[in-house]
Amino acid sequence: MISLSPRKDIPLALTLMTPVVAIALTLVIGAAIFGILGYDPLAALYQFFIAPVSRPDQIADLFVKACPLIIIASGLVFAYRANVWNIGAEGQMILGAMAAGFVALTWPNLPGPVMMPAMILAGMLGGLAWGMIPALLKTRFNTNEILVSLMLTYVAVLLIDWTVRGPWRDPMSFGFPLTPTYADAALISRVELPGVGRLGQLHWGVAGALIFALAAWFVLGRSILGFQVKVMGDAPRAGRFAGFSPALVTIIVMAISGGAAGLAGMVEVSANIGQLQPDISFGYGFTAIIVAFLARLNPLAVIIAGLVVALAELGGDSAQIALAMPKVVTGVFKGILLFMLLAGETFNRYHVTVSLPHRARMRPDRLQGDRMQGDSGA
Amino acid sequence: MLEDLILTVLMTSVPLVYAATGELIVERSGVLNLGVEGMMLMGAVAAFGIAMVSGSLVLGVIAGGLAGMLTAALFGILVLGFATNQVATGLALTIFGAGLSGLVGAPLIGHAIEGLPVLRIPFLSDLPTVGKLVFSHDLMAYGAVILVAAVAYFLKRTRAGLVLRAIGDNHDSAHALGYSVLGVRFMAVLFGGLMAGFGGAYLPLALTPHWAEGMTAGRGWIALALVVFASWMPWRVLVGALIFGGITIMQLAGQARGWTIPSQFLSMLPYLATIIVLVLISRNREFALANSPACLGRAFHAGK
Repeated sequence: MISLSPRKDIPLALTLMTPVVAIALTLVIGAAIFGILGYDPLAALYQFFIAPVSRPDQIADLFVKACPLIIIASGLVFAYRANVWNIGAEGQMILGAMAAGFVALTWPNLPGPVMMPAMILAGMLGGLAWGMIPALLKTRFNTNEILVSLMLTYVAVLLIDWTVRGPWRDPMSFGFPLTPTYADAALISRVELPGVGRLGQLHWGVAGALIFALAAWFVLGRSILGFQVKVMGDAPRAGRFAGFSPALVTIIVMAISGGAAGLAGMVEVSANIGQLQPDISFGYGFTAIIVAFLARLNPLAVIIAGLVVALAELGGDSAQIALAMPKVVTGVFKGILLFMLLAGETFNRYHVTVSLPHRARMRPDRLQGDRMQGDSGA
Repeated sequence: MLEDLILTVLMTSVPLVYAATGELIVERSGVLNLGVEGMMLMGAVAAFGIAMVSGSLVLGVIAGGLAGMLTAALFGILVLGFATNQVATGLALTIFGAGLSGLVGAPLIGHAIEGLPVLRIPFLSDLPTVGKLVFSHDLMAYGAVILVAAVAYFLKRTRAGLVLRAIGDNHDSAHALGYSVLGVRFMAVLFGGLMAGFGGAYLPLALTPHWAEGMTAGRGWIALALVVFASWMPWRVLVGALIFGGITIMQLAGQARGWTIPSQFLSMLPYLATIIVLVLISRNREFALANSPACLGRAFHAGK
């Protein structure tokens, strides 16, 4: 039996240790699973967590991989803090990429200073609009935002598939499902480091992601809006007495998280792909959920968490190439990591004692209760 | 042609019936397990792997159920033992199940097996039309109907069912009466996993006799929506699953008849239908909440 008793105060060391211990345990369990499935556990862990960051340009690529995760997770933090479960960031990201792509493809001759802001705005609005559907259905009709936002992700995947195969397909693409490539003004350029030149795929969107996370941290921690979000999540009754509107908070956090996901979609396409194709995201919207939790719903910590999870993503690629592991293996890591983090949260809030069921129940004065429990055991 | 179409609709709805009925019991006990998709995938891969290796479909079905149940046990320990957030743990279960099933199933890709045979009933199966539509299914399809009947009877007519509902509606009172809230909930979670595993097993054993990564394609999530659609009543799950089966098949029918709508839009139908159904059910708060377990999703720990 596991029994929990609430802690009076949470030591800071415990708060900081939880994610570290969670990551360590994930590695141990992951290695054990690899061993059981017949892979060399040490070689697997090496391919996962060391090989992808053994050169400076690879570290730059780590930031590139983390970029969409950081942007999306910074937005999701708002939703989850308010107890609004937006799990459709993947779909919102796709819609953001499509909206930005619409601008880039419809007006390819816009000058750079107009094009970039217009695409950023379009991307955010696209994601925001897709996020508004579950938000408005929830506030208006009381539907479950988890299911609606998820269903809309499937719809978004099919929608972009149709557009790049149908109306937006480049007639010169030899039948490939690709739109025309974006004009130069619509592309996010690579970072030229002084004295080093280009480092891997490092692009300016990464700087944008870091700024975005900082801004999210500021808004959540230092503004009335952030305060409302946190109150509605922790103590909705108190929030209502204070005159906060649950519906408005729901709409705002869905707008923020949807807009962030849309922005990530725009950045991902403009920086790394340069045109629309059926797969513009590789599950970033879902992976960002884990990033948000690993960061314990703190936008500053999202930056570090994004890098950690991006490492596992790159590790998946490297393990696929070196050990012929299927790509989905990263999902195993991500799932276990999330389990560990959630259990760690419990250790944070409670004293946990694990004991074997003892015989005290058999005392005569407890027999009555015992019999009733027996009845219910079916 | 029409008979074949209806038959396909029935088969498509079978996995939904299993998964949704299992989740219905879980939710009636007050636990929300969003990991149905992950449990179904684990069930699917285990069922296919064991059926392929052993050559026995029955063993495959059992393996599928057990795999779903084991996956659910993980969820149960975290959510009930450690009182973790149910929504997040369920999501983790789906991510984990999708990953692990892909890893375990990698060597199985490209293999095919003989699907579940139709269970012929002497005389009845030979009847015109009715014979084909009602009496020419595989064992698991019949099992789905029996399952719904059994769960309906259990919830409404048995003492244990009453206890389960009591725990889902007010865990504090049930605890005060001496019932083991966490014990009953753990059993319910295991049952939900077993059923999700069966539902997953049906995909590679009957519907499409091969294994593919992520082959559930959102069925676990649709099963969750079905529970809301059914407003936590077992027989309505059956009705809902048939409707969804019909919508899923409409895309095939549409293609066969040469509809000019792009296939992507037809493929969207089940997901859009889920959203519309959720709106229709949820907008009437009284109807939606009449049977909804009052403690759904709330953690319980004794002696706080």
